[in-house]
Amino acid sequence: MRLGTARTRTRTRSRSRAAVHGSRPRLDAHRRGSAAAKGALVLALGAALALGPVTAKAEAQQPHPGKVVYDRWCAQCHGEEGRGDGVAAGYMLPRPRDFTRALYQIRTTPSGALPTDADIRRVIDEGMPGTAMPGWKDRLSEAERAALVDYLKTFSRFFAQETAPEPVAVGRAPRVTAEGLAEGREFYDKIECWKCHGRAGRADGPSAPTLVGDDGYPIRPADLTKNWRFNGGGSVEAIYMRLRTGIDGTPMPSFSDLLESGFMTEEQLWRVAQYVRSLSPERPPVVREVVRAALVDGALPATPDDSAWAAAEAYYIPLVGQIITKPRWFAPTVDGVWVQALHDGTELAIRLTWNDPSNSPDPAWSEWQARVLEVMEPRDEAPGGGAELPDAFALQFPFAIPTGMERPYFLMGNAREPVYLWRWQSRPSVPTEARARGLGRIEPLAVDEAPVRAEAVFDEGQWRLVFRRALVTPDSTERLQFRTGEAIPVAFFAWDGSNGEEGGRAAISTWYYVYLDRPTPRTVYATPAVAMLLTAGLGFGVVARAQRRESRARPQDPE
Amino acid sequence: MARPRGFRMHPSPIVMALVLAGCGAGGPAEDRRSEAIEVRDEAPAVDPATAAIVTGRVVFVGEAPAATPIDMSEEPTCAAKHASGATAETVVVNPNGTLRNVFVYVKEGLGNRTFPAPSEPVILDQDGCVYHPHVVGVRVGQRLTIRNSDGILHNINASPSQNRGFNISQPTNMESTRTFTVPEVMIPIACDVHGWMQAYVGVLEHPYFSVTGEEGTFSLAQLPPGDYVIEAWHERYGTQTINISLGAQETRSIEFRFDATTAASAVVPLGAPVDPHDHHGETTRARIGAAADAR
Repeated sequence: MRLGTARTRTRTRSRSRAAVHGSRPRLDAHRRGSAAAKGALVLALGAALALGPVTAKAEAQQPHPGKVVYDRWCAQCHGEEGRGDGVAAGYMLPRPRDFTRALYQIRTTPSGALPTDADIRRVIDEGMPGTAMPGWKDRLSEAERAALVDYLKTFSRFFAQETAPEPVAVGRAPRVTAEGLAEGREFYDKIECWKCHGRAGRADGPSAPTLVGDDGYPIRPADLTKNWRFNGGGSVEAIYMRLRTGIDGTPMPSFSDLLESGFMTEEQLWRVAQYVRSLSPERPPVVREVVRAALVDGALPATPDDSAWAAAEAYYIPLVGQIITKPRWFAPTVDGVWVQALHDGTELAIRLTWNDPSNSPDPAWSEWQARVLEVMEPRDEAPGGGAELPDAFALQFPFAIPTGMERPYFLMGNAREPVYLWRWQSRPSVPTEARARGLGRIEPLAVDEAPVRAEAVFDEGQWRLVFRRALVTPDSTERLQFRTGEAIPVAFFAWDGSNGEEGGRAAISTWYYVYLDRPTPRTVYATPAVAMLLTAGLGFGVVARAQRRESRARPQDPE
Repeated sequence: MARPRGFRMHPSPIVMALVLAGCGAGGPAEDRRSEAIEVRDEAPAVDPATAAIVTGRVVFVGEAPAATPIDMSEEPTCAAKHASGATAETVVVNPNGTLRNVFVYVKEGLGNRTFPAPSEPVILDQDGCVYHPHVVGVRVGQRLTIRNSDGILHNINASPSQNRGFNISQPTNMESTRTFTVPEVMIPIACDVHGWMQAYVGVLEHPYFSVTGEEGTFSLAQLPPGDYVIEAWHERYGTQTINISLGAQETRSIEFRFDATTAASAVVPLGAPVDPHDHHGETTRARIGAAADAR
């Protein structure tokens, strides 16, 4: 085959080069980017390794292919020797796994048994959404992940000693029915899941405050209303598997002995799994940037449990720990809040719903509070860690609706551009308005006419709070004046007192927007009608003219 | 790919050759057994004519710490079973000044003797949200039956380091059975639903163990004469050992003394530390010819 002209040849060559690059550009670029960020850490680790005795042995033998991957991507959390004591481990709760004990949470094998290779692989691929463990299937190649599975097994001699683990035999799930869900609820009560997970599944059971993992660190039961954060996945099958195998290394036990002893049938255990699944929404919430406050005709709801809120659209806002200004906080309790907003042209009502296992201060959680402050980095040396702290929530706005994209600094503003806060505490339950010029500089505003009002309800591990304020206030320069039809920046802050949270130890969000709907103008109805008439009229006119023209142009048909 | 310095040859061909040359008879299975340093002989049965006995007590010196009360208000079923209130069993000093719940056992000296495990199970009962007994010994391979006499949810969470553990849910009156395969002193067992519940299980390959009770006494009978290390283990005050030499048919009395001040510095072993360096199939067993291999 002729290669063609020189020009063609060059094009062919560059095309094939592109083809080569095209086959794996993203992975390399991604890895390069991440490697740059982790370069310093890897260098430090490399220096430490060079001094360690491990290197002497490694020199004499071929290093395990998984070791290269592990040292680069895993050791920072899981530690060089797999003990779960990497440099980042102190900033996490729960802590990274200690592989030397061969206790694996997410398995298909009985409690106490080793995981299968597929079990280990699954967690490497998918991660554990309720923890800091990410999924690696999009970042590491198939070969790298397979090598990792083998390498992890070398951290514990149990893999060499024990017989190969057998997965539990699992039947088929029954079809979901209303009676089945009711039966599931019945067994949820009977086998006392609520002891840890709470009656409504919000991790507020009476035994929750004293739970400890196998590593001795405080641990929370899963919030069963957030299945997208289940460590092993949120499907019915995954939940059922956790019930059968237990979650080793955590307080969650296996219920398989109940099947063997005849106390429950497999079908009934499936019903429990289906019931637990039903506590979470069908799909994980999609985060939207603008919270729309619909205009209501009748009375604006004033209380959190007013029936009018059922019709208001709910927006999920994720919250994360405040890790910018010291004291930083890496493991806040509250990981998201549902926001609803309504207005009637005169007043704005915003309802916040978030899960918090304790109505703080709560003496049942005081040991938890002390322990968590003790184990989390940075260690809190300031007094007040043992104080009785309330739960709190704050809404943050700018003082004036911005004209462009520029907004105040999202973390409570700064001296140049302060922010306007609506604050609420569980005790005393009096809302306040404040001006903040940064995290540590919050000054309450004087109580004026038309102040913000708040009402809250704590119900089985959940706070529901409504803020209400007039859109326009007499002191228009001192506080934000709300206007309809404009996107107004808003941010959210939450504190769980029983988790030692106050001040900078908070769960925070970035800026979102709240948009107050305008009343629908009459033109909305008139314009389409007029447009239809015009279009119809035009249409008739054009067609009629064309028909007339045609009949004139066509010669008369002979009879 | 760097070649390792020196030439390392796997020892088994050398050993097999030597053994075959030496013994002549015997198939491959016998040769492989001879490879290992320790060889298990058939254990001679304990001769009752020469059997000795070690008895004694564990004394607590100093003032007994105040008993910590347990708040069972979250579990009325169990609170009802403790009319005068329940207290933690971490440190229980008997009226006669002895220490309860001390696990006394033969740590060394039995050589290669083997003792078949009894067929009866050891019962660990959950009654009144308390484990009964608090400290117990079980044999390797012997059944441990965990019973729920309360009829409310307990979970049995065993955290050994040498054995594989388990975490079983028992929401009703029922029993579950497990066994341990490796000797280990001690395995903590806890209930997560009721955080105060704690038990300790000592797994041994021989029957020479005893837990001190209300009198603070222990007894290790039918011991063959020889040199022994006897260890006493307590969950707060750590371990102490006494070395003895037993003659035939001797009755020896020993005494352990624990005191309150040792609690601060006591090391309470819970199973031997796990060796994490198990890379590349290295073993902790010595290999024949290791000296010849090294270069």
